[in-house]
Amino acid sequence: MKNFRTHLMLCAGTGCVSNGSFRIKATLEHELARHELEDEVAVIMTGCNGFCAQGPVMTVLPEGIFYQLLTDENIPRLVEEHFLKGRPVKKLMYAPPAEKAPIPLMSDIGFFKKQRLIALRNRGLIDPEKIDEYIARGGYKALAKALISMSPLEIIEEIKKSGLRGRGGAGYPTGTKWQSAARHKSDVKYIICNADEGDPGAFMDRSIIEGDPHTVIEGMAIAGRAVGSRHGLVYIRTEYPIALKRLNLAIEQAREYGLLGKGIFGTDFDFDITVFRGAGAFVCGESSAMRASIQGEPPEPSSKHIHATEKGLWEKPTVLNNVETLAVVPEIIRRGADFFAGIGTEKSKGTKVFALVGKVKNTGLVEVPMGTTLREIIFDIGGGIQGDREFKAVQTGGPSGGCIPASLLDLPVDFESLTDVGSMMGSGGMIVMDEDTCMVDVARYFLDFLRDESCGKCTACREGTDVMYQIVTAICEGKGGEESIPMLEELGQAVRDASMCALGTSAPNPLLSTLRYFREEYEAHIRDRRCPAGVCKALITFTIDPIKCKACLLCNKNCPQGAISGEKKKPQTIDQANCIKCGVCRDVCKFKAVTVT
Amino acid sequence: MERLRPEDLDKIAERMKKSMSLREGAGKARIAVHMGTCGIAAGARKIMSALLQCVDDSAVKDVILTTSGCAGLCSREPMITVELAGKAPVKYVDLTAEKAKRIFTEHVLNGRIVAEYALALGSEQVL
Repeated sequence: MKNFRTHLMLCAGTGCVSNGSFRIKATLEHELARHELEDEVAVIMTGCNGFCAQGPVMTVLPEGIFYQLLTDENIPRLVEEHFLKGRPVKKLMYAPPAEKAPIPLMSDIGFFKKQRLIALRNRGLIDPEKIDEYIARGGYKALAKALISMSPLEIIEEIKKSGLRGRGGAGYPTGTKWQSAARHKSDVKYIICNADEGDPGAFMDRSIIEGDPHTVIEGMAIAGRAVGSRHGLVYIRTEYPIALKRLNLAIEQAREYGLLGKGIFGTDFDFDITVFRGAGAFVCGESSAMRASIQGEPPEPSSKHIHATEKGLWEKPTVLNNVETLAVVPEIIRRGADFFAGIGTEKSKGTKVFALVGKVKNTGLVEVPMGTTLREIIFDIGGGIQGDREFKAVQTGGPSGGCIPASLLDLPVDFESLTDVGSMMGSGGMIVMDEDTCMVDVARYFLDFLRDESCGKCTACREGTDVMYQIVTAICEGKGGEESIPMLEELGQAVRDASMCALGTSAPNPLLSTLRYFREEYEAHIRDRRCPAGVCKALITFTIDPIKCKACLLCNKNCPQGAISGEKKKPQTIDQANCIKCGVCRDVCKFKAVTVT
Repeated sequence: MERLRPEDLDKIAERMKKSMSLREGAGKARIAVHMGTCGIAAGARKIMSALLQCVDDSAVKDVILTTSGCAGLCSREPMITVELAGKAPVKYVDLTAEKAKRIFTEHVLNGRIVAEYALALGSEQVL
């Protein structure tokens, strides 16, 4: 590789790509060439940097200066000022909302400062399409160590000692799973990487594959050695085109180097990986449904009297691990189990990646030690709530998780603590909600998602999620009765008890957890026919406060129904019969004169 | 492509080190070429190219070459500041490509300050 004085690490994760990072790359290269800097400054496309809220983002190395919200128009000035004249452009740097002065260094930005990276260790630092860059950061060293100086049993012992638990949801100890598959004798065994990430708002696995595909390949090969498998398979959704492209490229590069294929590193170990594209059914993330999907059958879960590690894919011993689980395996082998076991809480070791989304200021991908509190994640890293509204709840664990209220913000996050409060770790989605979020509406949204995604095999899940959805919808429309809440609780319990797979047994979680912590909101909808958050359209009225109204007529002009009228220089009024409660008047009003009751 | 042996990983890592260590930002030496309008007019671009060539030609892997703004002494441009790890920065003035090459060999590689081109030791005090 040629030597440059500066590397511009431009994010090419899905978030930044949709905001035009490839166009910015072209403009950057054009401007650099115009100043004859193309031999001095290199533009490198990296995986997701994590700070998606500020995308497209770019880090200038070696200085470590962080630029954000880049557009085509500001590139010429940036190139001339910073890369030619050496004057960093303050205007394009990140300024924390509370402060005025931009803080240029990445290590000074709260969002990055509190994170500890293991699974995301290479994010933004390597070009995911170049295997040499992965190797330069210690890549494939763990595989060499595992093949040459460790026995399969020692690999399993090391993983067990590290305390690593599955990052896909259930938190099953990875070492124990491997051990079980290793014990069963078979000519063929499978290592499957579960990249069927289906939770709304979750993108941990996508980002890992996009930013560092080789770590997943290396983790799978190590797993293969440990359990005696030669066949790896990545089950990934077709909706992840960038991840798919980089994964396939990485597999090809690994084959060229002999890191996949026959006799890896001159040993007798053979291992190769095929990529299986899923069509995006939520239930396919469930192990037995995924197996059916790969075998060409309808993706319905089946009972697990016999564990997949004994009879899994094609009736052969199978290990199914999540992307993030596999991504940390090389670091555990390379740096030793104690390194990993030294981080985290008593029963949950290491770090966890979360997709921090919703009403939080710094939307993005964060990796923190297990045991970090929700408050640290949402306020210190996430920067708090947008528009300085009040925090109301955080939903963890995807559609099967629960909503955690403000009183539990100091909860240290690990597998057990989240389950104790009626939610779960899941794969790491974290949706932040503010005071303007109606919790009944949230339950309705997730029930709608789940009744759509239920495969229909178990009656309780198929019918139960739909009936619960109907009841909650009725409550949102002001048609709930005193019997609604007890009926929902009973139904939720029945769906939980009578469904076979985790989709069904956890489907009532968003409903039951909101009933547990936000019961008074349900009661307000039912008894007072009132939506306290001002969301449920059937229960709210928009009015204009005649004292606050300055008669600017902005609402009048913007109302799509023409429902606002009034004389010039006089307070305006809303014709309730015509109002569709779209909220445009409230959004455009500069004087907060539009109230919702 | 040859199949890799375990020791090849280190060779690749070594080959990549020059560009990768730049990203880590920790180098034994840091050279800043002052690229204000004055510096550019006086020929700072040539100094930058010459230094980049020096880094390419030498075996060092941990020298960081960067740009900086006008150093304030426009009449003495082109200027560079050389900072070895743990040492006070040294400002050089009235440079040419040849002088820059000599500074690179003597100061950056061998730690001997080229006194005849040097303006001063240390940085200005910033309040």
